Amino acid sequence: MDLSVSIGSLRLANPLIAASGCFGYGVEYAGAVDLAALGAVAVKGLFLAAREGHPPPRIVETPSGMLNAIGLQGIGVHRFVAERLPELRRHGAVVIVNICGTTIDEYVELARILSDAEGVAALELNISCPNIKEGGITFGCSLTGTHAVVSAVRKVTRLPVIPKLTPNVTDVASFARAAEEAGADAVSLVNTFLAMAIDVETRRPRLSNIVGGLSGPAIRPIAVRMVYECRQAVRLPIIGMGGIANTTDVLEFLIAGATAVQIGTANFVDPLLWSGVLEGLRAYMERHRIGAIGELTGSLDTSRREHAWISS
Amino acid sequence: MLADVDATVLENRRLSEHYSVLVLDAPPIAAVTQPGQFVMLKPAQGSDPLLRRPFSVFEILRGPAGEPAAISILNKRAGVGTALLYDVEPGTTIRCLGPLGKPFEAVRPPAEAWMVAGGVGLAPFVTLATRLEELGTPATLFYGARTASELYYVELFEALGVRTVLSTEDGTRGVRGRVTAPLRDTLSATPDTTDIRLYACGPTPMMRAVARLAADHRRPCDVSLEQVMGCGLGGCYSCVVLTTLPGGTPHFVRSCIEGPVFDARHLVWEALEG
Repeated sequence: MDLSVSIGSLRLANPLIAASGCFGYGVEYAGAVDLAALGAVAVKGLFLAAREGHPPPRIVETPSGMLNAIGLQGIGVHRFVAERLPELRRHGAVVIVNICGTTIDEYVELARILSDAEGVAALELNISCPNIKEGGITFGCSLTGTHAVVSAVRKVTRLPVIPKLTPNVTDVASFARAAEEAGADAVSLVNTFLAMAIDVETRRPRLSNIVGGLSGPAIRPIAVRMVYECRQAVRLPIIGMGGIANTTDVLEFLIAGATAVQIGTANFVDPLLWSGVLEGLRAYMERHRIGAIGELTGSLDTSRREHAWISS
Repeated sequence: MLADVDATVLENRRLSEHYSVLVLDAPPIAAVTQPGQFVMLKPAQGSDPLLRRPFSVFEILRGPAGEPAAISILNKRAGVGTALLYDVEPGTTIRCLGPLGKPFEAVRPPAEAWMVAGGVGLAPFVTLATRLEELGTPATLFYGARTASELYYVELFEALGVRTVLSTEDGTRGVRGRVTAPLRDTLSATPDTTDIRLYACGPTPMMRAVARLAADHRRPCDVSLEQVMGCGLGGCYSCVVLTTLPGGTPHFVRSCIEGPVFDARHLVWEALEG
């Protein structure tokens, strides 16, 4: 039974990736989870410099989901390379580094630094964080911006380049296409949905940043639809995410068109879920006589539409 | 070692309309919990409410052979999750992840330990008092609540050899007023030569007042903070508190892994009180 998948030149032992922003720098989980058993670990978004992020409250629970506005608190790329990366290597983790800049030059600089560092498997370009004004999302919400960041990074690295797309646009597929034309190796989607919650007694926003990103099971059907749309639009591998909490959810994304998936919010609730989800995938493959998990990618059967009882 | 246990509710002692003590069958957690550590509980199956909630381990309960068998948590009904846990019946299964966080460092004799608890802030002190008793450290509990009927488990502390100083806001038991009043008086009446460490847990204004008293009297003071937490493991960066070291700039640290116990002098209290 073959659970491995390919993201550009990167071969993953299985399709499960810990989602950026939901798994710290990975090392926090080393005592609880066998990092080497994951397909990969996407570490928390890194800028060149350290950042403090937003003041609390940074999260609020919503129906079957949560909003966050952390503000990309982080230690900066240099400390990451010096302190966290060696530890991740020791644990045998396949490391995808999520990078974030306020200018194209910053993305390029980050890509250069990380390409020279030992133990980085791929770069995920954060052009989709909804919680900071000054970076990322400005590129992610413009087709030319997306194209420009991806092609600039593409020129300076041999690592797989994976822009992470925002769902807060009219047509995500066109952004996947822009990324493909610019030389991306894959796209990952979706980042969180810009959202808001209000305490009606105090009439204050529940997040210090006023708005935040919605994640969790609440967004899953929308994310599945967006992965499906991107699958129709590009040939690139897609890394799907959005509210995945169990084996069934993973399968839904794969069938919609994802090659691999990221699990984020569910990891907060159930940090030891990984081995169970993998086992579930194996059981499913056995039950459906599937030899290689790649066979599932984009295997959605829409044939019944042609035999619809009532046609429109 | 961290464990995620499907813990059966053995008992739900409803102490009042607001407070209950939930006893959970969780031997692997009971076996390794250190004083002041916490667990993350999932109040209900399914995705609504989605997240777990942090609770201090209140008691570590032992089986017939003295082996650690269960833990309890002190729950105060305040929101959706705590209301679900207040209502839960014995036999229900609750996911319980732990133990988590940095524990209290219990001082050794001849030093004395003074615990200061307000309301549900009593929660982390049974495990600390137990450790202090093992070490032979003289211990005092300053414990305040709104009214006499909300002062719980005083006898438990007394059985552990803890001297108790009680206060209620309505004067129905102990000193009338806030717990910081008897603390202030006792600190003032104690010679500087007595080595004392303070431990505080309760509402933020109370902990801040205790921290001020400790600073005024040059006593070390550890506080156990309660922050909104997403994961409890350092993954989400939601439970941060602003800390500062002498000569340093304020910096957000994760209270789940750097805390929940902090040296009171390192906290930027203005930021905590919002």
